[in-house]
Amino acid sequence: MSRTIGGAGFSSFSLEDESIEIIREAVATARNPVMLYSIGKDSSVMLHLARKAFYPAAPPFPLMHVDTGWKFRAMYTHRDRMAAESGMKLLVYKNPEGESAGINPFTHGSNYHTDVMKTQALKQALDLYDFDVIFGGARRDEEKSRAKERIFSFRSPGHRWEPKAQRPELWSLYNTSIHPGETIRVFPISNWTELDIWQYIRDEQIAIVPLYLSAERPVVNRGGQWIMIDDERFPFEAGEEPSMKRVRFRTLGCWPLSAAIESDAETLEAVIAETLHASCSERQGRLIDSDVPGSMEKKKQEGYF
Amino acid sequence: MESDHVKESIALIEAESHKETLRFITCGSVDDGKSTLIGRLLFESKNIFDDQLTSLESDSRHYGTQGEKIDLALLVDGLQAEREQGITIDVAYRFFATDRRRYIVADTPGHEQYTRNMATGASTADLAVILVDARKGVLVQTRRHSRIVAMMGIGHIVLAVNKMDLVGFDEQVFSAIEEDFRKFSEDFAFHAIQAIPLSGLEGDNVLFTSNQTPWYSGPSLMEYLEHVDVREASSRSAFRMPLQWINRPNLDFRGYCGRIAEGEIRPGDALRVLPSGVQTRVKSIIRGFGEVGHAYQGQSVTLTLMDEVDASRGDVVAAADDPPQSADQFEARLLWMADHAMTPGRHYLMKHACREVTVTITKIKYREDANTGAHLAAETLALNEIGTVNLSTSAPIVFEPYRVNRLLGGFILIDKLSFETVGAGMINFALRRAQNIHWQALEVNKAARSAIKHQKPLCLWFTGLSGSGKSAIANIVEKQLYAEGRHTSLLDGDNIRHGLNRDLGFTEADRVENIRRIAEVAKLMVGAGLIVLVSFISPFKSDREMARSLFDKGEFVEIFVDTPLDDCEKRDVKGLYAKARRGELKNFTGIDSPYEAPLTPEIYVSGTMASPEEEASLIMNYLATIQ
Repeated sequence: MSRTIGGAGFSSFSLEDESIEIIREAVATARNPVMLYSIGKDSSVMLHLARKAFYPAAPPFPLMHVDTGWKFRAMYTHRDRMAAESGMKLLVYKNPEGESAGINPFTHGSNYHTDVMKTQALKQALDLYDFDVIFGGARRDEEKSRAKERIFSFRSPGHRWEPKAQRPELWSLYNTSIHPGETIRVFPISNWTELDIWQYIRDEQIAIVPLYLSAERPVVNRGGQWIMIDDERFPFEAGEEPSMKRVRFRTLGCWPLSAAIESDAETLEAVIAETLHASCSERQGRLIDSDVPGSMEKKKQEGYF
Repeated sequence: MESDHVKESIALIEAESHKETLRFITCGSVDDGKSTLIGRLLFESKNIFDDQLTSLESDSRHYGTQGEKIDLALLVDGLQAEREQGITIDVAYRFFATDRRRYIVADTPGHEQYTRNMATGASTADLAVILVDARKGVLVQTRRHSRIVAMMGIGHIVLAVNKMDLVGFDEQVFSAIEEDFRKFSEDFAFHAIQAIPLSGLEGDNVLFTSNQTPWYSGPSLMEYLEHVDVREASSRSAFRMPLQWINRPNLDFRGYCGRIAEGEIRPGDALRVLPSGVQTRVKSIIRGFGEVGHAYQGQSVTLTLMDEVDASRGDVVAAADDPPQSADQFEARLLWMADHAMTPGRHYLMKHACREVTVTITKIKYREDANTGAHLAAETLALNEIGTVNLSTSAPIVFEPYRVNRLLGGFILIDKLSFETVGAGMINFALRRAQNIHWQALEVNKAARSAIKHQKPLCLWFTGLSGSGKSAIANIVEKQLYAEGRHTSLLDGDNIRHGLNRDLGFTEADRVENIRRIAEVAKLMVGAGLIVLVSFISPFKSDREMARSLFDKGEFVEIFVDTPLDDCEKRDVKGLYAKARRGELKNFTGIDSPYEAPLTPEIYVSGTMASPEEEASLIMNYLATIQ
């Protein structure tokens, strides 16, 4: 049971029903839709909703993972398992120039790495496959420029977002008309909060990457953030020594850019209890949001999700 | 110890999932303090994370308008442009919770130019907090927003008289504003209006009642939000569900997917598919990964039916004994949201429930004065204006009046060329029932009429500037067709303006009507089997598209006679350019009114490269290939 939203005239509806309606509407009007699958908890919920929306059929579109080559190993395992279980086609795309140039977050910095391996890679992949409707798992409670974004969000040719000229979006009537070259990003879980996501994962028993739950893991403290050492590519500085800590992750991305939090929450229930009492937002562990002022909005304008 | 902790967590989770959610908006005029008030609510109800507070402190130093203090508005104004200008441009959705309820608040912009973004927020809200600056009282924009709130069907209003600290918490000021608001909003039929004197900046009467207002005995804003009951008693609940998607993974399964707009349903219930009227019964209801015995309003479901019925996206399935109406002509209330004005006669796309149809506004009954609500005569509706209009759809749609059901009564209008969302409308009622229209069954039809003439009926639409040579070329083409034994007719702009269209002037509305009439006449003639030559400047793309949409595929041939303005003006056969240059002719195409050149005409004719005879033979060659 997902939470009901009481409303005059609308009677009551749940976030789940709203999301399923959005997913179906996008698919019904799209020419060539795709779901961006980032393997995180939000993607997991979005995928689950898509499977419900089209049950007993498999969702009639592929999953696409834009890979940077720096995801946690546990994420790759989870990705392949979920693709197989859902019966959906999985497309994996890596920016070939970035890969051959060996772009990485340590040498090139988080900003450049993200731009080349995520933003540019995403645009290349969308152009390559000619997708017109792209599902993303962004939520409005994540970040202040996302709080401003429509559920059906338009991108001009070149994938640019114009935050000052968004189409009005009334009721659940989504204007899905676009010209050649234009695309729509669709965010079915716009109105979910972090807590909604966790509760839904618990209620629906949705499989998630184990890194979300606490365990002893090798970490290094850099700039006040716990970075987990997931493979041998970590460039240790003089005197740096991994130590074992009980940690978990509130968000998952590239492992060098995802900070862990110290936690004993080994179960979903315990995670939810911590979320209810959290004093920091989940994006605090994302090292890429804060590197320049207004950085999320800028990245979004340039085509980032 | 561990198990106690988990037990406590589970209890917390259960409590959390039983909380109701209230969706509300804040609206009102610019600088009435909407964003600051939301910031205050989030801040005081402890819904701000530490890292957000840290960045708020640094943002306040950068962009803040509160001197040394933190600027709570920056919690909501998330776009760079908003922070730099200190204004709200687009609606922001924020989420917060108390022990009792969860809230989704849409903070909407106050500037008139961003009214469409305010309407976006209002369309999904249960309650509206309308802010008024105590020093300024009820302003035009307060009235405009109140009108839109009422139009959207929001029944519960908080009149937040803000900045009371700046008027010394004066009871007289508060009472006068409340009285003023209640008086002007009488016609809006709000269910409940709660006026609250407050200060978003200082926090008085926001979370807790303030000792600055001992004369006020009502609740604080938060107390009111926590306890208000916004549910509407539904007088009727007949099943209705627009079909959103037909799920056909294989030949053995056909599921009808949608979100239930009204009523409830169980397996075995009798259904009618509209507009066809075909009857069937529900076989099963799928919700998520399994079957359920019951589903109701608001739920997204997949139905399987007892019979293989012909039903597609945009149709509505409804209770067999109480189906909704279908119609193709309506009266509706319309909020215009585009920079260019709405003109009757133009074609727009209408999205309603899960269906898209072409629609024309046939008449503007009146527009509403933003300030007084007075009904004013209008030829067009400009940006942010509200009017009551008649409209006509290209196919019947299944609907309910908006006040009965928002999902079956609300629609948006989309520009056919730019694809912008240009209008939001609410159906009042049908002007006539579509099922009562019966086209005269014609035994002698277009095919029969053209067969006897041994020709394919066509509309040759010549467009180009005045003096471009359209009429000369059209004349030659008609002579040659006649010589070949074809049955033709020629409609020329100047001649028609002396007869059929002599009541029309040169305003935009009249130009649209001019083209509409001529296109309809041409259509009748094509129906009679004729080859019709239309020679009209027809400068606007949308008007030519409208004309094209009246004809069957392949019947409409657009011929663009492209002569540069300089050449046309040099020729100036009728002396019109000279007149226009002297300012004696207004709205003259090419001079003070634009010509939108066709990008993909069927035939392109360069008006300077060759003689009219040569151009005509080019057209004759084209016709030979399609005749």
